[in-house]
Amino acid sequence: MLLSPEALHIPDGFLSALVSIILWIISIAIVGYALKRVGKDLGERQVPLMGVLAAGIFAGQMLNFAVAGGTSGHLMGAAIATILMGPWAAILIMTSVVSIQALIFQDGGLLVLGANIFNMAIVGVAVAYMVYRTVLWLMGEKKRSILIGGFIAAWLSIEIASLSVAMQLAFSGTSPANLAIPAMAGVHALIGIGEGLITVGALAFLLASRPDLIQRRETRQVGGKVVWLIGLLIVLILVIASPLATTRPDGLEWVATQNGFLSTARAPLYRLIPDYIFPGITNETLATIVAGILGAVIIFGVGLGVAYTRRNRQTSGG
Amino acid sequence: MHIHFLDPYQGGDSPVHRTDARVKFILTVAFILTTAIMPIGAWPVYILLFAMIISMVILSAVGVIYVQKRAALAFPFVLAALPLIITTPGLPLVATHVGPWEITVTLAGVERFVSIALKSWISVQAAILMIATTPFPDLMVAMRAVRIPRLLVAIFALMWRYLFVLADEALRLLRARAARSGDSGISDLRRGGSFTWRAQTAGGMAGNLFIRSIDRSDRIYVAMLSRGYDGELRAMPLPEMEGSNWIVLIVGGVLLGMLVVLALLLR
Repeated sequence: MLLSPEALHIPDGFLSALVSIILWIISIAIVGYALKRVGKDLGERQVPLMGVLAAGIFAGQMLNFAVAGGTSGHLMGAAIATILMGPWAAILIMTSVVSIQALIFQDGGLLVLGANIFNMAIVGVAVAYMVYRTVLWLMGEKKRSILIGGFIAAWLSIEIASLSVAMQLAFSGTSPANLAIPAMAGVHALIGIGEGLITVGALAFLLASRPDLIQRRETRQVGGKVVWLIGLLIVLILVIASPLATTRPDGLEWVATQNGFLSTARAPLYRLIPDYIFPGITNETLATIVAGILGAVIIFGVGLGVAYTRRNRQTSGG
Repeated sequence: MHIHFLDPYQGGDSPVHRTDARVKFILTVAFILTTAIMPIGAWPVYILLFAMIISMVILSAVGVIYVQKRAALAFPFVLAALPLIITTPGLPLVATHVGPWEITVTLAGVERFVSIALKSWISVQAAILMIATTPFPDLMVAMRAVRIPRLLVAIFALMWRYLFVLADEALRLLRARAARSGDSGISDLRRGGSFTWRAQTAGGMAGNLFIRSIDRSDRIYVAMLSRGYDGELRAMPLPEMEGSNWIVLIVGGVLLGMLVVLALLLR
């Protein structure tokens, strides 16, 4: 039941070390700024409010509704968190959710956690904020525009986040761009509808029972222009780059030959170290057999050791 | 029904349980990093990495089957890498026609796909072992020790504390909905109303949950204030690490370093 249908939580092993590290650096910088920013806005309330809301979003991801053929609609929550709490707080909330999911439930890897934070907490929130503010600005701050803005924000945040995941997989060489990007985009266009409907339902409920929660937050989104701009940039880059990478699979290779980035991104890090030939075991098959024997000996030894200490404890205890 | 089953910690008194959380945290991340930088097709190294992690699982006594069951949850993502077997150029293994397309499975593709799946599987076992043998508060100490911002660690800690409370609330909401959406027993008639009704209800439940979260955070804040909270996060100083833990850290680090060197030599 903890398994969310959207394939946005990348496990370890699917991103190359370089891509993981670059996304870690970006995420650390943005989350670090968000911590400061939210500290200014909320003061000492920051810890309880962020912590409990993160728990709330986590629990909210358990809520689902049946769609058709055994599939169900779920919530990721970036959009609703953004609309309720403003972009910087939402980045912190989603970062906490994604981190705890990776740490405790292995829903997403540890080394790739920077990438998962980037996709769900930063891309998800920035895109949702950009769309929501734009719709409110175009249609005025009416109930109808809040609901419409909420739906589009939720749908697009999922869709763009999925494109971001697909691009990272393609850059890491773990999934071919011409198949991964359309597949991810197609599946998440549907999943995003579920996200959008739940978000609209939640907003309608909140507008009816606690309109203060939505209105109050709206008046104080300081520093939101930066997020709006980031959101717009992310959408533009991914919407333009994805079809290019899809229709011209050589596109990525072209980027590679232009600046050598792609081959670096795909190579295991130490391919950068110059060649070195081992004088002893050069045959890979032989090495595999040796490793197999060595591994079996290690496991056998540990197993034997554990069994021995346990028997000792049992005989001395009983 | 409570949601305590969510807590993945498996109590015990093994050497792995007794090792300092900081050592486990650092070695786990180092292990996953080592696995990540291994090249495609470095079979001997994969075998040794697997031997290392499975030995630790045996030593921890949390159960090999338990770890494998949890590891299986992360498995479906492997589908994302499956197309590699037909898109990687290389020696063709099998070629078939599917509709108008000719599909060729290549040796290089299969090698690449199996490598990614293995690396992912080995990594997730390390993460599972760490979380199954380390209580959450100790993990928070480890996170502070590796300089994750204290504010963020405090938010994580509070989130963890109320995760179970709010997950219980979500379960109650789900149960209340199930109780009110009659099951007709007719297969065409789904429980509950139309598609929009179901979506709206789920949305209402989510909204309800957020109100409860925000209200609860207000109460928690007031409770914290009444106990002297002034916005400053105070934590116990990090406990000293015992000598034996340093030895584990160094030995683990050296072993992983040796694997990296080995992989270099194998090329």
